Amino acid sequence: MLTAEEWGIVGLSLKVSIVAVVLTLPIAFALAYLLARGRFPGKALVDGLIHLPLVVPPVVTGWLLLLAFGRNGPIGMFLEQWFGVTVIFRWTGAAIASAVMALPLMVRAVRLSIEAVDRRLEGVARTLGAGAWRAFASVTLPLSLPGIIAALVLGFARAIGEFGATITFVSNIPGETRTLPLAIYGALQVPGSDREVVRLAIVSVALSLLAIVASEWISRRSAGSRPGHVL
Amino acid sequence: MSFEVHVRKALGQFTIDRAFAVGPGLTVLFGASGSGKTSILNLIAGLLRPDSGHIRVGGVTLVDSAKGVNLPPDKRHLGYVFQDGRLFPHRRVRANLTYGWRLAQPDQRWMAPEQAIAFLGIEHLLDRWPMSLSGGEAQRVAIGRALLAGPRALLMDEPLSSLDEVRREEIIIVIERIRDELKIPILYVTHDRAEADRLGNNFLEIS
Repeated sequence: MLTAEEWGIVGLSLKVSIVAVVLTLPIAFALAYLLARGRFPGKALVDGLIHLPLVVPPVVTGWLLLLAFGRNGPIGMFLEQWFGVTVIFRWTGAAIASAVMALPLMVRAVRLSIEAVDRRLEGVARTLGAGAWRAFASVTLPLSLPGIIAALVLGFARAIGEFGATITFVSNIPGETRTLPLAIYGALQVPGSDREVVRLAIVSVALSLLAIVASEWISRRSAGSRPGHVL
Repeated sequence: MSFEVHVRKALGQFTIDRAFAVGPGLTVLFGASGSGKTSILNLIAGLLRPDSGHIRVGGVTLVDSAKGVNLPPDKRHLGYVFQDGRLFPHRRVRANLTYGWRLAQPDQRWMAPEQAIAFLGIEHLLDRWPMSLSGGEAQRVAIGRALLAGPRALLMDEPLSSLDEVRREEIIIVIERIRDELKIPILYVTHDRAEADRLGNNFLEIS
């Protein structure tokens, strides 16, 4: 079984990933809705920027985060001055790195499902007395639920596996930023810790598998007798 | 007057510019496909915004561009029955039926769900998902959903076009009963001459 220290690593990984994905979801949904339904100049540019973390080497993403959130970075300075908060070398920074890496996958998943919703159904709701907001909340939002669940799963899987951007941005500090992949990497550097590597690797695989099984179960429940697949 | 309409709307290279005023009963908007009949219904329902003009239904002004009046669709209280039923796929028949009824003010409602269900003969469908309904069943539910929202008038866009011969007859009978028993003004779009002759009290040719 796992040692106390390893349980701590698993707990930290879960905390970082869940916080990252839950906080990213509303942002991802808003961006997905904008890209699916909006018509505005510079849409291709916004689309490209969102997808950057998917194609740029993670170490570069981590470095850019360091520039932005560092003591002298624009966001870092703002957080320090107004809230006295710093995210460098903290678990919150690890969550930010995971969130940025998960964002493109989450936006994609939600966007596809919003695009699949028949826009005319909102018009139907309007003629039946629903205001614009209610029409959205009672038609488009529930019909894009499979995409939202897919986004949570994909985002979580991406976040719990995040390595490059995290280690670059917030380093590998035990108890603060040493998540599962960082711990596995660390153990691989130490001769004779094969057993620890195996244990942590099994936990990693199990967590990802669990997320996918759970999402299938949720989507089947929420779909009722209607067919529905998340991934 | 049931419907008093004068609208102008440019749609691409094609401009709708129509004026008509019709009394009670069922008014047929007759014309070939692509003549802008559906766009006229959408303008009246508020799903399209006219460039200029006015729309009054049952004496209530819905649009008056000179006075800057343009009610949103949810404040117009018009029932819209679409060609394809257009039921909410994520709600069972029962929840589709009561969608507008729940949103309507009590004094706006003039039909109870049980009444509508009996009127349309759809008791056996209430727990079904829209996906599992036949075209005729879906169209009945769509009509019930529109009636239950408490509309001042009905807009119907070729409601028979996706149905086979037998189902058509069933729905025609339902529409005749709405016209004669419920006495609600109906604006009915079709390109089928026989259908128009059978149902219409008033006729408007759109070209």
